[in-house]
Amino acid sequence: MNRARAAAWTVNGLLAVLALVTLFPLLWMLSVSLMPQGSASTFPPPLLPAHPTLANYRTLFVAADLGRYLLNSLIVSGGITLGALVCNLLAGYAFAKLRFAGRDRVFGLLLAALVIPSQVAMMPLFLLVRELHIVDSYAGVILPALASIFGIYLVRQYARAIPDEMLEAARIDGAGELRIFLRVVLPLLKPIILTLTILTFLTAWNDFMWPLIVLTGNHHFTLPIALASLAREHNPDVEMLMAGSVVTVVPVLLLFLLLQRYYIQGLLLGSVKR
Amino acid sequence: MRPGRRIAGWVFIAPALIVIGVFFLLPVLLAVGLSLTDFDIYALASLRNLQFVGLDNYLAVLRMGLFWRALGNTLYFVVVGVPLSIGAALGAALLVHSRLARCRGFFRVALFTPVVTNLIAVAVIWKYLFQTRYGIVNFVLGRFGVHPVDWLGDPHMAMPTIILFALWKNFGYAMIIVLAGLQAIPDELYEAARLDGASAWRQLRHITLPLLGPTLMTVGLLTMVGYFQLFAEPYVMTEGGPLQSTLSVLYLMYNQGFDWWNLGLASAIAFVLFVFTLAATGLLVRAGRRKGWV
Repeated sequence: MNRARAAAWTVNGLLAVLALVTLFPLLWMLSVSLMPQGSASTFPPPLLPAHPTLANYRTLFVAADLGRYLLNSLIVSGGITLGALVCNLLAGYAFAKLRFAGRDRVFGLLLAALVIPSQVAMMPLFLLVRELHIVDSYAGVILPALASIFGIYLVRQYARAIPDEMLEAARIDGAGELRIFLRVVLPLLKPIILTLTILTFLTAWNDFMWPLIVLTGNHHFTLPIALASLAREHNPDVEMLMAGSVVTVVPVLLLFLLLQRYYIQGLLLGSVKR
Repeated sequence: MRPGRRIAGWVFIAPALIVIGVFFLLPVLLAVGLSLTDFDIYALASLRNLQFVGLDNYLAVLRMGLFWRALGNTLYFVVVGVPLSIGAALGAALLVHSRLARCRGFFRVALFTPVVTNLIAVAVIWKYLFQTRYGIVNFVLGRFGVHPVDWLGDPHMAMPTIILFALWKNFGYAMIIVLAGLQAIPDELYEAARLDGASAWRQLRHITLPLLGPTLMTVGLLTMVGYFQLFAEPYVMTEGGPLQSTLSVLYLMYNQGFDWWNLGLASAIAFVLFVFTLAATGLLVRAGRRKGWV
């Protein structure tokens, strides 16, 4: 075997091993979620269910109220995504293309605030949310996430490429600014809208610390919070936890696979300057 | 210019500014004030129990043994975890980018997948994979004659296990950015080097790595800032134990703030962590500047 072939084997072999390492825990999760209760905790540990069953999922949805948590996650992530789209698209476009007094100073201030980690705000935010009587409600999770500096930055970077002549032409035709935004600008922003949608939805779906703080009773728990509280119980049931994990992981994984080009685009735009 | 145009800009940014102002900038300012008070569970009941205490909270943090323990744990996680994650990302990116690699699209997605999984769910999975008696990891190691390791139950092993988990979860993020950096390096440079008879290793050292420097710097900084905020991993996998060996600064802040309702002290912890994060970022940027990477 010559050297070039040996090198090709090494590269592809290493890649295969890496992919096995990244995917194995997820495949194991899926497999254990289909095992009857108690059968994963045996020695040697089984890789595949001897008798696959959906019993864990049935128990979770019927007895453990998983359907409610799934719905909560959808409501919270969906609400945040819709609101963030409106706020960030409007603001990002305005910072890129509209001229108004104080524009650059305000934008500079926002960029500077990006270095402040969110936990600094959490204690006063909790008190504020308490004053507004929205502790332990959807609003308590959704409202603080309705706009993000990063999202505005992302839209601004993209919107800067819109030619001014196009906007001027629409103005000469007598169109108002809102009309121009809706009719001319939004169609041009389609790729960044998809990027913003998937980034926001995934971030909201996976967010943990703030929902953990603000959701004090289990009525409004999102999936990650419910899963963490299940996992921290004394002696939880592995097979059931894995079924819960599947429900938490798979929806966003599918969304990512569907829109991965836009997701990665967002990551790259975001890494240039944060 | 019609009057509508001049105010349109402010109208457009108003919704976002209100949300960010009310739910982020205002709380940040309030946090400064809060950290200078003895806000605790009694103040939560009635603000009349609130007192201004100056820098007492900061002094209390610096005198708290548990804070230094948590800071030590966090620094351990950052100092070991960041280089490992960036190293793995670089290695994986070079492999995926290699002209010899097949099914690049598949590998790129497969290696990136952990990044988009839910942290809590995969932390739970890892907890069981690394379980002492029935876990697959110990089973496989047992085949090679290694005695069962108490991964998350041994104070010396718990943090390394969490670092390993963070590596698995996060290297794909840096990999994607490094891959984009690799694609930006012109092919001609490599062709010229090959004509000069440079080996693959020398091409890597003298072309790839120097040109990739700024990219590695960026992902290093982003990863570091993220790693300073270690919280959910120990919350789910170890609850900060055993013997506080995985208690992070953010976990301590959460404990103080939302288990004990010492919101004043918790705010001080948040600012101290912020200062340490800034200092570490500054150090890294300075090191990068010396190499011309920033």
